[in-house]
Amino acid sequence: MSEDRESLATAGEVRTEELLINMGPQHPSTHGVLRVVLRTDGELVLDAVPHIGYLHRCAEKIGEKVAARQWIPYTDRMDYLAGMNMNLGWSLTVERLLGLEVMEKARHLRVLIAELGRIASHLVAAGTYGLDLGSFTPFMYCFRERERILNLFEAVCGARLTYSYITIGGLMADLPPGWLEQCEAFLDQFVPVIDDLHDLLSTNAIFIKRTAGVGVLSREDALDYGCTGPVLRGSGVNWDLRRDGDPFYTRMYEGYQFDVVVCRDGAYPQNPPCPRVPREAVLGDCWHRFFVRMVEVAQSIRLVRQAMQRYRQAEGDIGRPIKLTDKLPPGEVYLETECPKGQMGFLVVGQGEAVPWRARARSSSFCNLSALRHLCRNCLIADVPAIVGSLDIVLGEVDR
Amino acid sequence: MEIAGVAERLKARLGGLVEGLQSPGGDQAIVVAADALPEACRLLRDDPDLRFEMLNCITAVDYLQTDPKKVAKTPWQPHLELLYHLSSLTHRTRLVLKVMLPRWQDDVPGRLPRVPSVSGVWRAAEWHEREVYDLSGVEFFGHPDLRRILCPEDWDGHPLRKDYQMPKEYHGIRVR
Repeated sequence: MSEDRESLATAGEVRTEELLINMGPQHPSTHGVLRVVLRTDGELVLDAVPHIGYLHRCAEKIGEKVAARQWIPYTDRMDYLAGMNMNLGWSLTVERLLGLEVMEKARHLRVLIAELGRIASHLVAAGTYGLDLGSFTPFMYCFRERERILNLFEAVCGARLTYSYITIGGLMADLPPGWLEQCEAFLDQFVPVIDDLHDLLSTNAIFIKRTAGVGVLSREDALDYGCTGPVLRGSGVNWDLRRDGDPFYTRMYEGYQFDVVVCRDGAYPQNPPCPRVPREAVLGDCWHRFFVRMVEVAQSIRLVRQAMQRYRQAEGDIGRPIKLTDKLPPGEVYLETECPKGQMGFLVVGQGEAVPWRARARSSSFCNLSALRHLCRNCLIADVPAIVGSLDIVLGEVDR
Repeated sequence: MEIAGVAERLKARLGGLVEGLQSPGGDQAIVVAADALPEACRLLRDDPDLRFEMLNCITAVDYLQTDPKKVAKTPWQPHLELLYHLSSLTHRTRLVLKVMLPRWQDDVPGRLPRVPSVSGVWRAAEWHEREVYDLSGVEFFGHPDLRRILCPEDWDGHPLRKDYQMPKEYHGIRVR
C-alpha cells in the first residue's frame, strides 16, 4: 500500500494517508467532555471511537455510603438537564422496594413536574442541535422558554438546576399559591413557539439537508445497542415506558391521554397537528430523532394540562419524605422510567439497613452513545456533530 | 410468559445449568451457571415466545461484609452476583437473569472471575461489560475490546469492590 503511494508521489501526484483527529474532550459540539477519535480519509470518517469517563464522579460508590434519600442530590447531577426526572426514577425504585405508594395528589403533581422537566430537556436538545448545525436563532427561542420553566421550578423548590424536589415518599413541598395560574400562562404563550421552532428547524430547507438521511439507525440496530427514548422511537419502534413500562411506573400515568410519538406509515400523530415528514427523511435518521422530541414536547403539554386539572381535584397530600434512618428491606428492585433522554434505570439492593448495599444507575445516554461508532462509520466529518447532537446525550449521565 | 414459564423453557434446553428461580424480595431472578450464559441469552432473544430483544443493563453486586462486627450475622458467604436485566418489546415483559460468581477465580485474590461475554448476542453488552470489568472486576472472555471505560486505563483496582482501597496517589497527584 505504502509503496503504491510512494510511487504515486514520485509520479507527481499528491500523497494521501489516513488521519487521526481528536474531537473533544473540549469541543463545543460534543455536548460536554466527550472525546471522539476519528480516523479520516479526506472528508470521510472511516471510524469514530468515543472515549468517555471524563466526568466520572463515582456516583454508584457514593450510593453505597449514604442513605437512600441522601442519594437524590447525586441523581440530580446525572442528567442535569432533567433533574426532576432523575429524582423521580430513584424515588420510585426505592418506593417499590419499601412497598410505598404515594397519594393521588402527589401522583398528579409528579406527572406535572416530570412532564415540565421533559419539555425543558427537549428544549435544550432542540436549541443546541440548532447550534451544532450552525443556526443560532432557535437556541435563543428555546432557552427563553426553558428559562420560564426554570422559573416555575425555582418557585416550587428554590433550585434551577439540581432540584432534589421529588423524593422518596412524595415531594418536598406543595405548590406555592398562584403557581398553577403561572404555569397555565406559560403553556398558553409557549404553544405558538413550537410552531416557530418547526419553521426554524424541522421544516427549514438547510436543516433538512443537514439531517435527513444522515446517521440512519435501523430498528434492529437500535434494539441491539439498547437505544431507548426518542432515539428508539426515531427508528420507528413504538415503545414508551409511560405506556409499556413496569406497572409500578405506568400506574402514575393511569387515566392520562397522550400519544406515543412514533412515525407510523410515514406520518406522526396529528393531535395536536405537526408538520409533515419531508421526502428526503429516512426513518431512523437524525431528522426523525430530532422531530420525535419536538412532537413529544406537544404531547407533554397535553399531559401537563391534564395533570394540573387532576391535581386541583385530587385528594390526599403530597406525602412526606422517608426518614434517613428508615431501613430498606432485603431485596433487589430494578425499575426503569421514561426520561427525556431515554430509559433511565435504577437498581437498589437492600440489606436491612438504611444505606443501600448497592445503588446502580443505568444511563440512557450511555447506551445511546454506544451506537455512535456504528452511526459514524463512513459519514462525513461535518455529519459527526449532527449525529452526536441527534442522540441528545448528557455526559453527566454517561459517566455518572 | 410468566417468569416461572421462562425458567422451565430454559431448563428444558440447558438442564442443570439453570439453577432455578430466586426471589430475595423485590424482583424475581432466574439463576444460570456462567458457562450456560451465552446459550441461555441466545435462546431468550430468539425463541418466538420469549423474544427478549433488548439488554437493558448489566450490574455486578459484590457481597463481602467488611464490618467485622456484622460478619457473624451476615446470612451469605462472600461472592459476586451479576444481574442481567432484559426486556421484550414484543411481549412487553421484563426478566432478570443472575449469575453467581466467586469473588476471585480459584480463590486467588487478584485473579478476576471469568464469565463468557454476551456481546455477540446484544451489542449493548459491549459497553456494559466494559463498565462492569472496570468498576467491579469481572473478566468477560470473548469480548472484542475489554478495557476500562470510566476510569483511566492505568487505574489500579476495581472501585465497586467492597474491599477496594483508594490509592493515595495517581501520577504524583494526591488523591486523598
